[in-house]
Amino acid sequence: MARMATTRRVVISTAMAWLFGFLIFFPILWMVLASFKTELEAFAIPPSFLFFHWTIENYATVQERSDYFHHAMNSIIIAGGSTLIALLIAIPAAWSMAFSPTKRTKDILLWMLSTKMMPPVGVLVPIYLIYKTFGLLDSRIGLVFILCLGNLPIVIWMLFTYFKEIPRDILEAARMDGATIGRELVYVLTPMAIPGLASTLLLNLILAWNEAFWTLNLSTSHAAPLTTFIASYSGPEGLFWAKLSAASTLAIAPILVLGWFSQKQLVRGLTFGAVK
Amino acid sequence: MKHVLGAVCGASVLLAVPAMAETTLTIATVNNGDMIRMQGLTGEFTKKNPDITVKWVTLEENVLRQRVTTDIATKGGQFDVLTIGTYEVPIWAKKGWLVPLANLGADYDVADLLPKIKDAVSADGKLYAAPFYGESSMVMYRTDLFEKAGLKMPEKPTWDFVIDAAKKLTDKNAGTYGICLRGKAGWGENMAFLSAMANSYGARWFDEKWEPQFNTPEWKTTLTTYVNLMKEAGPPGASSNGFNENLALFNAGKCAMWIDATVAASFVTNPKDSKVADKVGFALAPNTGLGKNANWLWAWNLAIPAGSKKTEAAEKFIAWATSKDYTKLVASKEGWANVPPGTRTSLYENPDYLKVAPFAKLTLASIDAADPNKPTVKPVPYVGVQYAAIPEFQGIGTQVGQQFSAALAGSTTVDAALSAAQSATEREMKRAGYIK
Repeated sequence: MARMATTRRVVISTAMAWLFGFLIFFPILWMVLASFKTELEAFAIPPSFLFFHWTIENYATVQERSDYFHHAMNSIIIAGGSTLIALLIAIPAAWSMAFSPTKRTKDILLWMLSTKMMPPVGVLVPIYLIYKTFGLLDSRIGLVFILCLGNLPIVIWMLFTYFKEIPRDILEAARMDGATIGRELVYVLTPMAIPGLASTLLLNLILAWNEAFWTLNLSTSHAAPLTTFIASYSGPEGLFWAKLSAASTLAIAPILVLGWFSQKQLVRGLTFGAVK
Repeated sequence: MKHVLGAVCGASVLLAVPAMAETTLTIATVNNGDMIRMQGLTGEFTKKNPDITVKWVTLEENVLRQRVTTDIATKGGQFDVLTIGTYEVPIWAKKGWLVPLANLGADYDVADLLPKIKDAVSADGKLYAAPFYGESSMVMYRTDLFEKAGLKMPEKPTWDFVIDAAKKLTDKNAGTYGICLRGKAGWGENMAFLSAMANSYGARWFDEKWEPQFNTPEWKTTLTTYVNLMKEAGPPGASSNGFNENLALFNAGKCAMWIDATVAASFVTNPKDSKVADKVGFALAPNTGLGKNANWLWAWNLAIPAGSKKTEAAEKFIAWATSKDYTKLVASKEGWANVPPGTRTSLYENPDYLKVAPFAKLTLASIDAADPNKPTVKPVPYVGVQYAAIPEFQGIGTQVGQQFSAALAGSTTVDAALSAAQSATEREMKRAGYIK
């Protein structure tokens, strides 16, 4: 009897998990389906789920109208570059705050977080003028720089919480055994922090990939990433859902693949703790 | 020494070649069908002008407007040619943000531009933008349904006729609605339609002293008529319908009438997109006998921002894209039905075009019937038919649009919506210093 109840519970919870998973995934699935419809079918009410005339015409149109690979390459450079630079700055900062805190550490952390509270549009004109003066408009380096600055507070906060979870006793034990700071960093701290580092890297990469305010406003054509690519496919006059869906599917494809392969690290990183 | 000289000469030639070879134009545009077609034909322009290369920035209308405004206000110089609407042209020209177009070439034929459209893109007698395509609004109706009901659409229908016909043609059980109109909030969405409708009822946005006029009986009649008509003869959920939603409804055969942009005519008569392609008739936007029809006037235009350093090449491009030859080029590649409409008189005298565009006559008549300099029955201090060309209008128009959309949805009453619109507009106009 007890066994049956347990089995039933397992079945129900599994079904619930699948249902929730499906609900969360549904908008993406719908977008992918719409990308294979004609414009008229994408707009049709009632909508057809699977039984429609499948076509890859939208993908062909999208590729013909705009150079997907140029935009995708820009996205990779901008998201990757800004993430790596942010990590290079954030690791020493978080390390020092986690292992040698001063009485101002908490204030500094809060101050950094407070910079995220201002809506970016508030500084659009000053930033635009600075970028114009230094010739950074429509340059990849300019976008790397602004996205790196924008995400830095989050990266530092995430790394700080991961580093804080590592018990100092372990580091002290290493020191007792005669490890230098360099060895301590490489052989003790890094292996323990890898899941935290990996998830910070991934999350930051996704944030930078999806960032649409600065990338739209500070780029025109040369440095334009996939966000501008998507923005060119919706319009107030004429039907556009199918083409927009095709463009969006192409835009999320690389990050979706990356996320799929690294989900183990991501989950581990998010639930990470040295003593749990 | 000889070798050194040779090397120096060679190097200077190498350095000089790229310097004189290329001028790169960056063109910002909205992503409407005609613009996408222009983008596709860029090769023809660069073939004629091998020293110019063209880069496109295609964006959705609202994103583009914000993006371009930031750049032009800071003189960022990121764009050499902009696509802007008739709303922006007078405002930006006044601010000195646009370069007047004085060198479009001898064969450009400025006199051929439709007078109303030319007025809309000129300020102080100078052309500040070249119209790429123009549009007005008109009634599109189902000839089969009208015939079945024994109705005959006059060429210049009155609102009374339209309202009466809409009620008769509504068959909610069969999913057919008498009339589809815009309801989605926005200065360029429901307010474009409602401002034009209000003009036909004798209403106006502001009086001569910039006092908002939503507390007048004309506005009350307009909004009451609109809300009642849509409740009785409109599709469900009309308060979230814009151009695209209504286009889809009309093409699926669910609307007996639709009053919207003249460019829609080519979509609804295209058998590839429309189930009712061969059953559509056209008529002028309705009136109430006061001398103004409920139609608007809009054009997408190409202009050069004051920050551009490539004015000469930019003007060359604009002259090419808005010329008569461009129209012929599109016709030869994609057929006469796909040429950008509403800018040149010669197009409406062209028999090839008139043959494939049954809506051409009505489009021209609609454009002629709208007067941006004298849009309303009573005098007004602003330019623009479905908008007032002042920088504050976008914000005000959208706020008012939200109130009217709520009245349509039934979440507020007509009176409450009008009084909220009045106080919001008064507040903004006071803040901007138009009134005390």
